[in-house]
Amino acid sequence: MNKQKTKAVREPLFHVVKKSDIPFWQAWLIRISAVIVALLLCALLIMLLIHANPLKVYRSMFDGAFGTVRRRWNLAQALVMLLCVSLAVTPAFKMRFWNIGAEGQVLVGGLATAAMMFYFGGKIPTPALFLVMTLASISASVLWAIIPALFKAKWDTNETLFTLMMNYVAMQLVTYFINTWVTSGSGTLSPMSEYGFPQVGPHKYFLNILVVAILTAAVYVYLRFSKHGYEISVVGESEKTAKYIGINVKKVIVRTMALSGVLCGIAGLLLVGGTNHTVNTSTVGGRGFTAIMVSWLAKFNPLYMILTSFLIVFLQAGAQQVSTDFRVNNSISDIVTSIILFFIIGCEFFINYKIIFNRRAKEDKK
Amino acid sequence: MKILDRPVALELRNVTKTFGKVVANQNVNLTVYKGEILAVLGENGSGKTTLMNMISGIYFPDGGHIVIDSKPAVIASPKDAFKYGIGMVHQHFKLVDVFNATENIILGMENEKKYRPKEAEAKIRAICEKYGFKIDLSKKIYQMSVSEKQTVEIVKVLYRGAELLILDEPTAVLTPQETERLFAVLRKMRDDGKSIIIITHKMHEVLSLSDRIAVLRKGEHVGTVETANATEASLTELMVGKKVELNIERTDPHDCTDRLTVEHINLTGADGVKVLSDISFTARSGEILGIAGIAGSGQRELLELIAGLLKPDSGRILYKDPKKGGEVDLRNKTPMQIRDMGVRLSFVPEDRLGMGLVGNMDLTDNMMLRSYSRGKSAFLDRKKPKDLAEEIVESLEVVTPGVSTPVRRLSGGNVQKVLVGREISLSPTVLMAAYPVRGLDINSSYTIYNLLNRQKEHGVAVIFVGEDLDVLIELCDRIMVINAGRITGIVEGRNAVKEELGVMMTMSKPNGSFEESRRAESEENRNE
Repeated sequence: MNKQKTKAVREPLFHVVKKSDIPFWQAWLIRISAVIVALLLCALLIMLLIHANPLKVYRSMFDGAFGTVRRRWNLAQALVMLLCVSLAVTPAFKMRFWNIGAEGQVLVGGLATAAMMFYFGGKIPTPALFLVMTLASISASVLWAIIPALFKAKWDTNETLFTLMMNYVAMQLVTYFINTWVTSGSGTLSPMSEYGFPQVGPHKYFLNILVVAILTAAVYVYLRFSKHGYEISVVGESEKTAKYIGINVKKVIVRTMALSGVLCGIAGLLLVGGTNHTVNTSTVGGRGFTAIMVSWLAKFNPLYMILTSFLIVFLQAGAQQVSTDFRVNNSISDIVTSIILFFIIGCEFFINYKIIFNRRAKEDKK
Repeated sequence: MKILDRPVALELRNVTKTFGKVVANQNVNLTVYKGEILAVLGENGSGKTTLMNMISGIYFPDGGHIVIDSKPAVIASPKDAFKYGIGMVHQHFKLVDVFNATENIILGMENEKKYRPKEAEAKIRAICEKYGFKIDLSKKIYQMSVSEKQTVEIVKVLYRGAELLILDEPTAVLTPQETERLFAVLRKMRDDGKSIIIITHKMHEVLSLSDRIAVLRKGEHVGTVETANATEASLTELMVGKKVELNIERTDPHDCTDRLTVEHINLTGADGVKVLSDISFTARSGEILGIAGIAGSGQRELLELIAGLLKPDSGRILYKDPKKGGEVDLRNKTPMQIRDMGVRLSFVPEDRLGMGLVGNMDLTDNMMLRSYSRGKSAFLDRKKPKDLAEEIVESLEVVTPGVSTPVRRLSGGNVQKVLVGREISLSPTVLMAAYPVRGLDINSSYTIYNLLNRQKEHGVAVIFVGEDLDVLIELCDRIMVINAGRITGIVEGRNAVKEELGVMMTMSKPNGSFEESRRAESEENRNE
């Protein structure tokens, strides 16, 4: 307890304290300011790196997303496809089942759809074809989803690794079938557009939008108001509580993953049967992973997920336009996108915590 | 020499700490003198532990100063605290299981450039001899009983040269005999000129051990009294801020019939250790059966087994239906099946927010936990649970902003009222409660005792697992003592003697203390 020892210890400059809940509007104010700060920072970077007017860059981003009728439809299509996969991963995530295999689950659904189109297209009546496409897609995805769930329930295997590995199996399967089907050696399956779903409503993407809109409402109601949804929440919050009240945890895990599978199957069906009419290893295009972010950002609420998937597809579409308009490669748009996402996710810290600067430390400086 | 004339060891000046909107400590002024035992008393949530954590460098105060040797001290980490000669023994021990006592004691010492266990051991022996610690230095931690581990913690702190020791609820895990031994050591340390701060909420211990008592209420220091001038009633009044009646009204049981008979239950844990051996007893309607024992003696497993959460190796759990009169075996049934059989078995588990309730769900959704599956509809009915939540809030005086508040935001006492309220609302015939007053303030504790008593008067068979022997003796009609998974006796509550219970809790057992300590350890880990 002597002087020297006392001097050696310096008071920390600040410390972090958890905030109690803050009003809704304040949280949104923080989020909006985060976006503004991100945009300002990006503007600075754009000026420094590509010497362009940042306002023009943002203008071009906006154009890329909304500039023409076609772009608006494309944006809507991108949005609903991402949303659909996000809906699929959400029930499992709410249950704290870390399924990062949506990519593969959607892909096998798409592969099954393509297989039905390939083998039965033109050989059976169209309504029957659509039916077998739907059934095949859903069963394939459900199979892909419940295998890790069964292993988890039975032997408590790690679902994260398991579902991740299943992605690669799915991709290899796609490669294998394409090589079997395509004898020309081109390695690509040309679109079988004549067997795809017909146009419904004003645009070819309208059917997809309609289906996903219905699914969004359904998943929201299921999670919020159904007994199954309640069981998912209880299992996710505390497995011990679930057992205490007699919920069969294994059953809930398998059932919920089967539901995820159904939704992935529909996503695969819409991607192949309703959009591309063919399949390849990048049909899902990373949506299985982006969906995780969409779901988390929206705190597993399907209605907020509309907003978060919009944000992501908007940034993607905008960034693409920027690289064409300014003749730069994709990196700059990737940078802009990541900065904006970083700020949006990072601002949650300021919603949950506050930083207290120590008065005495400040006084010392004076 | 009077205490107040002694040199000051440490002084707190206007120390304030807040967590969000919650003020944990507000302008606390407190002086600790050399050579005294200062007891810090206060209800749960009154800020005792927060205050001590600031002295020992775990938290940093938002306002105010800590003064040592009449100079403001900056304690930003436990390491700083040691530089000032302050050491804290936490409620949950921070020891490395596979190391022996010596290794744990010298672990992390900066000055020790070379590892010289012989020298260190000599030094440790000297400390032990000086204060009368009995400890086997070469014993590994996982082989030790809870009391031995605590000794290691205290010696560790002394070895680091602590002049001021803080002990956070040191007696919570000890038997009466072990507590006495600890107190003798603490007194010796005081006479040696060390300052000791002890946090506890066992009133009689405070009165028998301390020199002065500082009382905290809602984060504020409401007064310090000399122990010689204090009584249990005056301290309680100071703690709560008003006079409280501390009586448990025990009515004589009547119309008792056997309700639940447990026969020859054996249970082996996941690690192959025997948890319960040949347990047999009967719980009768209209009486409270207490279960006493050191933490981790198998109480939790016993209740979970009856509730259908664990499956025994052998034995039977027979339930006598009060209406139909038939007998059913609950063994190997799931909680859902037990409910479907019409057995109204309520269970208040020890782990309230981890098992009994879901912290992130609101009161209404927590009410549904037991009843959500009723009816054929695929959708939830939130109307009845909401009414029930409102009724419980009203009748048990639960302090909450509303029924749509997540229960984790309620205080410990209110959380427990919600849980007990829900379990009672099922109008049980058997009500099991594990440590239902742990961490509750005095008022809430007595509310819970009264609720249990009322259930008993309604003819419910109540099983109560408790840790405070005084309360068990006052509340229960019969007390069953469990010791390392075996029943060592069942005594009448009205004739029970605390020391006898203490002996039954620790009687030497054929399996040795190895098992017991391992189980106590896993218990601890679970609680963390």
